[in-house]
Amino acid sequence: MAAILQARHLRKEYPRVVAVDDVSFEVAEGICFGLLGPNGAGKTTTVEIIEGVTPATSGEVYYCGRPADARFREEAGIQFQNTALQDHITVLETLQMFQALYDRHADLEHIIAECSLRDLLHRDNRKLSGGQRQRLLLAVALVNEPRIVFLDEPTTGLDPQARRNFWELVNRIREDGTTIILTTHYMDEAQILCDEIAIMDAGRIIAIGNPTELLHRQYSNAIVELPLADVKGKLSISHKVLETQGLIEIATDDVNAVLQQLSQQAVGLNRLRIRQPNLEDLFLDLTGHSLRA
Amino acid sequence: MFKRIYAVFRARNLEFLRDRGTLSWNIVLPFALMFGLSFIFSGDRPQYTVGILQPADANPQPFMETRYVEFVAVDDETAGLRKVARHQLDLLVSFTPPARYWVNPDSARGYFAELALLQAGTTGPLTKVSIQGEAVRYVDWVLPGILAMNMMFSCLFGVGYVVVRYRKNGFLKRLRATPLRAIEFAIAQVASRLVLIIAITVLVYAGTSWLLDTRMDGSYFALFAVALLGCVTLISLGLLIAARVTSEELAGGLLNLAAWPMMLLSGVWYSLESASEWVRQLANAFPLTHVLSAARAIMLDGATLGEVLPQLLVLALMSAAFLGIAAGIFRWRAT
Repeated sequence: MAAILQARHLRKEYPRVVAVDDVSFEVAEGICFGLLGPNGAGKTTTVEIIEGVTPATSGEVYYCGRPADARFREEAGIQFQNTALQDHITVLETLQMFQALYDRHADLEHIIAECSLRDLLHRDNRKLSGGQRQRLLLAVALVNEPRIVFLDEPTTGLDPQARRNFWELVNRIREDGTTIILTTHYMDEAQILCDEIAIMDAGRIIAIGNPTELLHRQYSNAIVELPLADVKGKLSISHKVLETQGLIEIATDDVNAVLQQLSQQAVGLNRLRIRQPNLEDLFLDLTGHSLRA
Repeated sequence: MFKRIYAVFRARNLEFLRDRGTLSWNIVLPFALMFGLSFIFSGDRPQYTVGILQPADANPQPFMETRYVEFVAVDDETAGLRKVARHQLDLLVSFTPPARYWVNPDSARGYFAELALLQAGTTGPLTKVSIQGEAVRYVDWVLPGILAMNMMFSCLFGVGYVVVRYRKNGFLKRLRATPLRAIEFAIAQVASRLVLIIAITVLVYAGTSWLLDTRMDGSYFALFAVALLGCVTLISLGLLIAARVTSEELAGGLLNLAAWPMMLLSGVWYSLESASEWVRQLANAFPLTHVLSAARAIMLDGATLGEVLPQLLVLALMSAAFLGIAAGIFRWRAT
């Protein structure tokens, strides 16, 4: 599928830090593309350069094969990480105001239904809960029937149920054919929603591709997890062992052999867990530090 | 409890002290006001105002040496006579032969100014001409000032503060991500505030006029045009001040910097006729001076729209400049 968006050699320098360092990628139309990385990795700066709200020190952004211009602004929907809305204005008035700023108009009734805002239409913006507010901000991002939507950390601060509801909503938008650019530091969110991801650290892209393919490319094994407290003394084992957050993780392509060695060393296996490597493991392997650091 | 109070107290102090712009402003403003006022109002204030019809006689006149009299050059005899009739000038004197002076017999200050003139004597014969006319009540004179002052504060702070708040909380950044341009945002702000302020000003004017039977010698249409253009200019100034500022406290300081000199020097409370030349020149740089000059000319002197055209042109030019610069340097983001 043709690329709807291309970022070429983006760089953003501040007086004492390089926030984005030679970032290039392209996004095919209709997919959900995730920018994954810890706080401060440069995800938000990267998308804000693409959105046109932060000027790049160097680099170019192309939309539908042409430099991003007024057409991009007209056809893009954006949900920032933190956006205040006007006080004393209702949900419906907010949607109507933002819709009036575009020539392209989505069916407002459809958006209201899609984002479950029907019961909130006449509520003051100040009286919305975190989840309701995020749904409104997403609806605002959709009022111009965008071909591409940017969602910057959309579920940060939401409770687990609200997060899951938001994921369903994002999936429905993608099913309508809209391209989604999602930045997140939640690897489960990226794994569930994204067709393709770019992992960022310290302003650079360190891995890019389909999440499953990236994991398959990096790992052919499983991970055996044990609580650190269950291992008495020093563990002597012929596999890669990592201690992290109160756990011992043993990466192996022969789980039976690991279990046998653990039994021989009288390690309790009641709380043992075997799992497949995930994006957090990948990030840890690629950078040497945790995604949540 | 005190520990918590101290923690909040300390954090707020640090926030304030590290906001260099606001801190500097809090120190500079009172100094500037004190120095400015002491300079403007230094020396003995004149007690009487006497108009000298131009061209003035070349011979030195003893009366011109009289203390506590402010001598004002008057180019237009008709305008000078109107001021004598309305007690705005205590005397009008022409030393050019045949020398004459005009006085309102109903004016107490005119009586004393006339005594001073006759005691000082003149180099030639002097003819007295009496002019009748009611004094312009202070309430009639000050009404345009109060309306304009209210308009000014509402325009400057109503727009300036709001724009800075929008910038700080990210609402402007969100608007930036839409096709909306800075000039469109600025025009929308001007229009929104304009409608509200004009409605309030009309309401206050109508109420005051009804309760105090204030004077209105000109056309309401002309007055409305002056109010409309004055509002646009002051809102544009508010937008210009708020175009790049990211701190509400600094914005407050800058807005006060614009508002206070206008309140003191634009003739809101007292006439600038007896002020020194440089004060009058400085006052001409303020939009409020032109609003008040035009409004008083219409309300008190019955001036037509054509007669206040110079003031309207200055206001239109100021509006275009303020709005254009504000749109050019406008900053959408706080950082």
